[in-house]
Amino acid sequence: MITSSEGKSSVMAVPAASNMRLATRLRRSLRRDPSLFFMPALLIVSVAITVAIHPQFSDFDLQSLAMGALPLAFAAAAQTVVVIAGGIDLSIGSVMAVANVLAASAMEKASFEQSLLLAVAVLMAGAAIGALNGLIVVLSRIPDVVATLTSGFIWGGVALVILEKPGGGAPQEFLNLGTGTLFTPWLPNALVLLVAAVGVIWIPLRRSKLGLQLFAVGSDRIAAFRSGVNIDRTRFAAYIFSGLFSAVGGLGLTMTTGIGAPLAGVYYTLSGLAAVVVGGVSLAGGRGRMLGPVMAAFVLTLIPTDLIFLNIDPNFGQVIQGTLIVVIVMIGGFVDMERNRK
Amino acid sequence: MTERAKTVFSRVVAAVTGGGLVSLLRTRTIVVLVLLLLALVAGIELARPGTVNALWASNMMLFAAPLGIVAAGQTLVMLTGGIDLSVASVATASAYLMATHSGLGVAPAILYGLGVGFVVGLINGIGVALLRVQPLVMTLGTGLMTEGMLVVYSQKKMADAPRVPQFIEDLGAGKFLGGIPNDLIVWAPIAIILIFVLRRTGYGRLLYAIGDNSKACSLAGIRVWRILLLNYVTCGLLAAAAGLIIVGGTDSAELRLAEVYLLPSVAAVIIGGTSIFGGRGGYSGTIIGALILTVLNSILTLLDVPESVRQILYGAIILLLAAAYTRLTD
Repeated sequence: MITSSEGKSSVMAVPAASNMRLATRLRRSLRRDPSLFFMPALLIVSVAITVAIHPQFSDFDLQSLAMGALPLAFAAAAQTVVVIAGGIDLSIGSVMAVANVLAASAMEKASFEQSLLLAVAVLMAGAAIGALNGLIVVLSRIPDVVATLTSGFIWGGVALVILEKPGGGAPQEFLNLGTGTLFTPWLPNALVLLVAAVGVIWIPLRRSKLGLQLFAVGSDRIAAFRSGVNIDRTRFAAYIFSGLFSAVGGLGLTMTTGIGAPLAGVYYTLSGLAAVVVGGVSLAGGRGRMLGPVMAAFVLTLIPTDLIFLNIDPNFGQVIQGTLIVVIVMIGGFVDMERNRK
Repeated sequence: MTERAKTVFSRVVAAVTGGGLVSLLRTRTIVVLVLLLLALVAGIELARPGTVNALWASNMMLFAAPLGIVAAGQTLVMLTGGIDLSVASVATASAYLMATHSGLGVAPAILYGLGVGFVVGLINGIGVALLRVQPLVMTLGTGLMTEGMLVVYSQKKMADAPRVPQFIEDLGAGKFLGGIPNDLIVWAPIAIILIFVLRRTGYGRLLYAIGDNSKACSLAGIRVWRILLLNYVTCGLLAAAAGLIIVGGTDSAELRLAEVYLLPSVAAVIIGGTSIFGGRGGYSGTIIGALILTVLNSILTLLDVPESVRQILYGAIILLLAAAYTRLTD
């Protein structure tokens, strides 16, 4: 109850807040949403730890961090849209795999210009897959967890049909979009691409009517319905954007790995969800920012890197990831309980 | 569709079918499931005459048992409105740990396997019941933890390769009395006990009550957390037991051994008529659900299509079944 009314008030407060002074606005949003402060702090701390244990941290390390985090950040972004609308999408990894193998098998012998056109086609395919997921969830009335778990299984099969074994490729200039650097070695293309793609897709969406509806549906479905929001259409739209972000993530996988791998995407469903949770987006829906999960993707990518620097088995990274999810949700639960008590 | 149109629609349907069939479908869903299962079997026999015989039936039971056991735990958890996404990792870890400890003898090795299920189940239970983490997130987290630990462990254990003891092999692949699969010795008692517990005991009633309205339960003085804790531990133990049977059937402990069981374990429960929101359903439906999925798998194997196409068809049919079911019972 508390969470839903809070989510609503934060939605309503946006237009009023835009007239306020920056400092007041910042203080207010900090109080309303501590994760706004928490996430950048966590990212800075984890970068600081990395630099501390690995003082020769170079532009090359930054580049490999950005490349490693790129697909995960898009997986997290895809999940964030659906989670904000009060749903969940367990098919993201498979959709990324489909986009990854589609791109790698189509671009193998393409020129750079052709590969850009093909990339647009892959994005549209991703949105179409997302739309199908949305249709399944909305029309079948199967709970979204089960529906997307199953559709993810199907898309995993589709990825295997397109490309049975890891292979394919893309022109070097296209790969360079994800692996190269811009102006200085300290500004990896992957980072630019991430900021650009998330900015171009998410910011207009967040400010549009549909964006408001996503938050409204996620925070209180009945209230949203009574305010005239078309619930089914909004949830459907959330899955389209999830598919679109997943497709960008799949393209990112192609750029950073140079090939298509039908099974590579699987990992990203769960890790993306982990980034969403760590990034402070409430799984109850209606609350959260895109910045959190995207930054969390970097933190989660840094963990195995740090473990390697410390000479610890990097597979502990997954254990830490699992622990982080649980601990952070528990802390969130305690914070909510404290708030309820007041 | 408006409310009015809906009533008109259902009246028309009732008039067409004489009212008997639809209401039968709604109240006795288990009948529909059994009919569907029989239809699938008949379909196989029509497509490939001679396929359906005693050996085929006993093989179906053999393959259905591990799924039925994982789905048993999943049923318990879903009845209370939860879900356990860690079952596949637990089953794999249980099988692997058992196989690497087989040098100690069969009984200790099995205890190691079941121990994994107990520990992960306990952590899940503590998280969900005491710390009120959403089951989806909690079991997702513990699943990742279990998987990660297993990878680390398997690399440390490179020297002594996992070995599946003969007893486990017999359990997972053998048959007795000319065709009764051995793993039925594990599954049948679990099924009987579970159906009895859910229908006839206070614990069973409480599971339904919690799934229906856990707040009302705790206001009525029920210690909800105890029931939930016990529930997740049971689910972990069942998943671990299933892992042992699975590895007995394949005879090699791999790191992705039971991964394929996650989706069917959830699907069998849903198709079997247990609501994911809790409070409705039962294990008998899940048994039929597990059998339907196993028969379906065997049909897809008979089709002789690539693994990837099978995967697509399998998922699509699960979606159709679940959609039909959700529509029917809503």
